[in-house]
Amino acid sequence: MEAHPANLPAPTASRAGLRLPGVGTGIGGGMVMLYLSLIVLLPLAAVFSEAFSLGIGHFWDQVTSPLALKSLKLTVACSLIVVVINGIFGTILAWLLVRDQFPGKSIINAVIDLPFALPTIVASLTLLTLFGTDSPLGIDIAFTRAAVVVALCFVTLPFVVRAVQPLLLEMDREMEAAAASLGAGNFTIFRRIIFPNLLPGLAAGIALAFARALGEFGSVLLFAGGLPDTTVSSVFIRNQVESDNLVGASAVSVVLLVASLLLLGCVSLIQRWAIRHDRSSSEFIPTLAKDVSGDGGL
Amino acid sequence: MSANPASRWGLRFLGLGYLTLLLLIPLVMIFYKTFEDGIGPPIDAITTPDGLHALKLSVLMVVIAVPLNTIFGIGCALLLVRHKSKLNPLIDAIINLPFAVSPVVIGLSLYLLYGTDGWFAFLAEEGIKILFSVPGMVLASIFVSLPFVVRETVPVLQEIGTDQEQAASTLGANGWQTFWKVTLPSIRWGVAYGVVLTTARVLGEFGAVTIVSGSISGQTQTLPLFVEKQYANFNSTGAYGASLVLALLALVTLLAMNLLKRKEDA
Repeated sequence: MEAHPANLPAPTASRAGLRLPGVGTGIGGGMVMLYLSLIVLLPLAAVFSEAFSLGIGHFWDQVTSPLALKSLKLTVACSLIVVVINGIFGTILAWLLVRDQFPGKSIINAVIDLPFALPTIVASLTLLTLFGTDSPLGIDIAFTRAAVVVALCFVTLPFVVRAVQPLLLEMDREMEAAAASLGAGNFTIFRRIIFPNLLPGLAAGIALAFARALGEFGSVLLFAGGLPDTTVSSVFIRNQVESDNLVGASAVSVVLLVASLLLLGCVSLIQRWAIRHDRSSSEFIPTLAKDVSGDGGL
Repeated sequence: MSANPASRWGLRFLGLGYLTLLLLIPLVMIFYKTFEDGIGPPIDAITTPDGLHALKLSVLMVVIAVPLNTIFGIGCALLLVRHKSKLNPLIDAIINLPFAVSPVVIGLSLYLLYGTDGWFAFLAEEGIKILFSVPGMVLASIFVSLPFVVRETVPVLQEIGTDQEQAASTLGANGWQTFWKVTLPSIRWGVAYGVVLTTARVLGEFGAVTIVSGSISGQTQTLPLFVEKQYANFNSTGAYGASLVLALLALVTLLAMNLLKRKEDA
């Protein structure tokens, strides 16, 4: 979610003659790589190794087996619906939090992060209670595809809000005022001025939400269950592990993993683009001013 | 853009209605369902030996995984921000991996690595049990919560710059002195925010832990696993009781996040 460290001008220790523990000695870097290898890289390498252990043909057979393919299609379709819903409602919520004033706003702002804090299995249980057979609202969608969508909406809600909110806060309202004074209506102002400015955040938020939705497990488990029509890929993988088809589980895992990595790559590209875009326009004058004041050379 | 009253109320209705239906009512629902039959049954359900064991095990996960990821997180952030290296983009990409990987895939990865045919199968042969026991669950917890402290510390480190650290070095402070007296006090709220997120994630993790633990009652069940098992055994009072404990912890997390954000901005 944060900007890529490599993109930002970071004062380096070595150049400045700065002394900090582990920095510049090589030991720190070695320890970081060792920790990452043991905790993250080796286990993930084991998944790739297992997926291709019987050859690439077998890998492909596993991925395209009817049940695996069905789960992948369901996962992608539901995730797409979810990011559209949360793209719209997330933008509306971000707008309300930045531009509107209403009682309880700070509480609402805090509650947005609830899906990040609430364990997914608890989310699943309470959604089941609210939208299940004994629903107090009379809406029973438990163990259907709609339940998959609602569960994924719940867990991915914060992404778009939190990605769009800072952009709305920073936005220069004079542009909107200028457009309004030139006779543009609200919809035109939104379409021509606000939306293009929010686009990088919206796209990043949607990509993050999509990546999260692809792998989501706990929140779907109790609410949507593992019926033939509601088995998302993560539930499929769990089932394969339980029936000891580790190659099949790993093959689908590799597909999910690669898809998520591509999405995170997109987020990184969007952020890089946004930073460059930003620098070429708004930071042009401040940079000049800095040079004039003799404070040049960051 | 000055919205007219009609569209303003329309947006409020849509946005807040969505939030109420999706987040607020479910949250209230946990409280209502837990205490439907009074305060006694849920308390009885979570004070059973299995319930208490699950609570203890969840705390144990936090006690081991959070300090490890905090120390690693601060060190890694220092390295990424203060030390330009060709490895940095690679390290940065690896740090993000746990966000990209499904918890079930994380569970599977450990299951494969430490399982009977895995590369680390020799550990089990030596009598060091990783899978279906606490060490495997700890590894899963560390994996899923790895990025938070790094992600929260990096921007703060970038923001504070190196002026004060350089001054300390000029005045003869060694690396550790500079770190304890200058760097850490300046980044403490960012680190604390990361620690809160790490703790919440470790407490709530379900998918990865369920695969490596086998979810054996009274032995390898954390609170989230206990919730699922209780529900599967048609003991919904137990499931809601444990859910309430987790939901209260989530609310404490939200509160801490907001207080820390305010401190950070101040």
